Amino acid sequence: MTRISLNVDGASVSDDVEPRMLLVQYLRERLGKTGTVIGCDTSNCGACTVHLNGTSVKSCNVLAVQADGAEVTTIEGLAKDGKLHAVQESFRECHGLQCGFCTPGMIMQSVDLLKENPKPSEEEIRLGLEGNLCRCTGYHNIVRAVQHASGQAVNS
Amino acid sequence: MTATQERPADEVEREIGRDRRRKEDQRLITGRTRWTDNITLPGMLHLAMVRSPFAHATITSIDTTAAKASTNVVAVLTGADFGDELGVCINAWAITTDQVTPTHSPMPSDRVSFAGEIVAVVVARTAAEARDAAELVDVEYDELPAALDLKQAAADEVLAHPDLGTNKSALWVFDSGEAGTGGNVEDAIAKARTDGIVIEREYRQQRLIPAFMEPRSVVVDPTGEQNTMWSATQIPHIVRFALAATTGVPESKIRVVAPDVGGGFGGKLQVTPEEWIAWAVGRRLGKPVKYTETRSESLLSAHHGRDQWQKLTLAAEKDGSVTGFKVELLADLGAYVAIVGGGVPVLGAFMFNSIYKFPAYHFACQTVLTNKTWTDAYRGAGRPEATYAIERIMDELAAEVGVDPLAIREKNWITHEEFPFTTVAGLEYDSGNYEAATARAKEMFGYDELRAEQMARRASGDTVQLGIGVSTFTEMCGLAPSRVLGQLNYGAGGWEHASVRMLATGKVEVITGASAHGQGHETAFSQIVADRLGVAFDDVEVLHGDTQVSHKGLDTYGSRSLVVGGEALVRAVDKVIEKARPIAAHLLEASVDDLEYSGGRFSVKGTDQGLAIGEIATAVFTAHNLPDDVEPSIDAEATYDPINFNYPHGTHLCAMEVDTETGAVKMRKYVCCDDIGNIINPLIVAGQVHGGLVQGIAQALWEEAVYDDAGTLVSGSFVDYLLPTAADTISFDVDHTTSPSTTNTLGTKGVGEAGTIASTPAVVNAVVDAVRHLGVNDIQMPCTPERVWKAINGPGSGGATEGAAMPHFESGGAAGNQEQPGTSSTEGAGA
Repeated sequence: MTRISLNVDGASVSDDVEPRMLLVQYLRERLGKTGTVIGCDTSNCGACTVHLNGTSVKSCNVLAVQADGAEVTTIEGLAKDGKLHAVQESFRECHGLQCGFCTPGMIMQSVDLLKENPKPSEEEIRLGLEGNLCRCTGYHNIVRAVQHASGQAVNS
Repeated sequence: MTATQERPADEVEREIGRDRRRKEDQRLITGRTRWTDNITLPGMLHLAMVRSPFAHATITSIDTTAAKASTNVVAVLTGADFGDELGVCINAWAITTDQVTPTHSPMPSDRVSFAGEIVAVVVARTAAEARDAAELVDVEYDELPAALDLKQAAADEVLAHPDLGTNKSALWVFDSGEAGTGGNVEDAIAKARTDGIVIEREYRQQRLIPAFMEPRSVVVDPTGEQNTMWSATQIPHIVRFALAATTGVPESKIRVVAPDVGGGFGGKLQVTPEEWIAWAVGRRLGKPVKYTETRSESLLSAHHGRDQWQKLTLAAEKDGSVTGFKVELLADLGAYVAIVGGGVPVLGAFMFNSIYKFPAYHFACQTVLTNKTWTDAYRGAGRPEATYAIERIMDELAAEVGVDPLAIREKNWITHEEFPFTTVAGLEYDSGNYEAATARAKEMFGYDELRAEQMARRASGDTVQLGIGVSTFTEMCGLAPSRVLGQLNYGAGGWEHASVRMLATGKVEVITGASAHGQGHETAFSQIVADRLGVAFDDVEVLHGDTQVSHKGLDTYGSRSLVVGGEALVRAVDKVIEKARPIAAHLLEASVDDLEYSGGRFSVKGTDQGLAIGEIATAVFTAHNLPDDVEPSIDAEATYDPINFNYPHGTHLCAMEVDTETGAVKMRKYVCCDDIGNIINPLIVAGQVHGGLVQGIAQALWEEAVYDDAGTLVSGSFVDYLLPTAADTISFDVDHTTSPSTTNTLGTKGVGEAGTIASTPAVVNAVVDAVRHLGVNDIQMPCTPERVWKAINGPGSGGATEGAAMPHFESGGAAGNQEQPGTSSTEGAGA
């Protein structure tokens, strides 16, 4: 067991964890942060995407011990003071989700994408979300949601 | 409705037709979700499955000693440790009375029939410890020869289940001559061989994996008088029934809950070994248990879809008027006959004639057992396969006659004046307008301009050629009239149930037997109730997916929730109003005949007297002042059995660019105009169409479940099974024409499967169209660059015209499941 201390969604937490424990397992099983989900076992789907020190990571691809001392933001910590993040609002506004299982990862990745490129083209959005799989939406309205969040015109 | 001078100031905006944002989303975008895997109960134990690595083998021994000795392992159990309490996985649809159906134990103790089958379960205090210990279970197998290739299996060369003596499960036949719905197809073919056109093709429907994003998970809590199962399922009601029917536990002691469910697409329309094992283990140990599959386990053992060979013979006059269509299918069931099983291709049996007026039709489907993962419903279930076959071969006919693919369709389709129309398959299509949808799609697409560009590229010998693909689809959905299901020997009905509870505070609870898993029922059903009952959208709460709340229902699949479940809801709401009417009359001291109901309010005609439905609900709650002969309740319920299937249709047009030097394909444009009747929520409809399109496009271009010669699934992870990403796909142009359904009150048609059904042939038709001038008339799906390149350059790939008819159901064939289609033949005019 290894002792780790980190900040998750604004709260300081500390636990003894097995060295092999993945960050996503730590978030879900130890902290009850079940908003972040596991969709695959090969780091293809991106459903578990969170921010580690402000940058998106697939939390199935990070060991919990690697997050020692870090600041982690999950989908549950994205809204501030009861106000949704613009990307969350846009996913609802543009119907960018159906079953909602990929949505936490898709939103966290979109936030990171827009931080790096505030006015992305459609192609840049599609490439930026390539590591996140969705089976419901066909991506059409996810692309619209990111366009909307960036303040750009949204096609139908 | 548009605002006018006459409109009363207090009239609320109609909800039906509004692009309401979804009620579901607030939770889903903030992570406040209740997926089954999120559920943790006190003392809960975790399961890990030990699965067979062999496709077919006798289990000679299972040594669990080391696993049992592992830290925090509570139990290791095998099939032999359970008797009848384990139950069986049921087949609900024996498609023929003599169907051969192997017994499907959730955990066989003697023999495994596919790679991935469960042979032991480890129970431990954590999921990690259970998985670690599962590695220590030592299973000895004697490997048996495996039936893998579908055509070879149909020849009974190697038996998937030796004790059954055959791999042939059932032969299901429809013949329009025998049914009296049309002529004799052999006569039509014989005549066409003399003085018409005969097109013969063999198409492959590759095996697909539904690949819902939420892996399946099940939690069983055996404490309490009712034992509870939470499951990531589309069908909590059917699971409850099947648990009771096969485990001996009274139905009244079983509660099944489908909490938040992350997609299904048919893949969660199943009774699974994992559910049955979790149920038995939880009850055996008296402790809550949880099992959540890994993605690799999901791809390996959750049921697959499609997997057919389709032999097709189309007979036509020289001008392209179709005179007969003969369809002969081989359908791969996999190792067991799943809950719908062979019913999936039968759901396609009525759809090969599609939107056309064919005088004669014959359909035969042989279902076949193999030692591969069992197959069942995947989005569209039988109808995508049918639509692919007919829409591909109509393009072949157009090429043979030498006319535009849309012209050959127009020559044969049912015109809008002809509805209601009884088809050669015996179905009555209630409404539709293929001309209007096609005209609109052509306009959106810029059809003539793209055809001109195609001709220019061909003329200049451009290395990148342009192809235009057409798919004018229809489907039968809204499953289903119970009497028809009975005639088809299906084990249940097709009705749906709804109830409306009028709460004392004026809020409305709506309970539906449909079980949403991403579709947006809470929002769309709220819109229906808000309009019909005249209450606020936000005052309606839609409850579903818990058999203790929604005690009666047949769940969500087959594009049925709106057209069947929505109609049940309409009828329940109408009953609420009728129950409230005498109470309103009593309270208003008026005659019921003088009351009118509008905008959620009973008013006395010619006066300003009235009562809102919420006020009546409150009066019923206190029950202080009710008519003598009236119960203190205006709650109501309704069970609706549909009188017909439901027939959405549409015209889909796809432009594909094909690099003739590399075989790479690129989607340039995709346009569709679907007629799904009246639309409740256009935003939700667009989402259903977009997602459906990509699943159908993925079959055409990317996805395939591939087995090696040993029966190992080699596309068993998301590294190998090619789900499309945002970067692979494009934006779509979607529009609608409207021919309201005449068989339900709201005039709606199903939309959940439309995009998937329609898009696959549109894409493949476009790819073939791009290279047809190079001698290509088919490319097997998925149309990978390698296959496209080989079709252009390889021997024997392009449009060979042979004189002889192909034999049907010929045994043998090439080994493996990736062989190219059989040779094609085309006879007659223009050949």
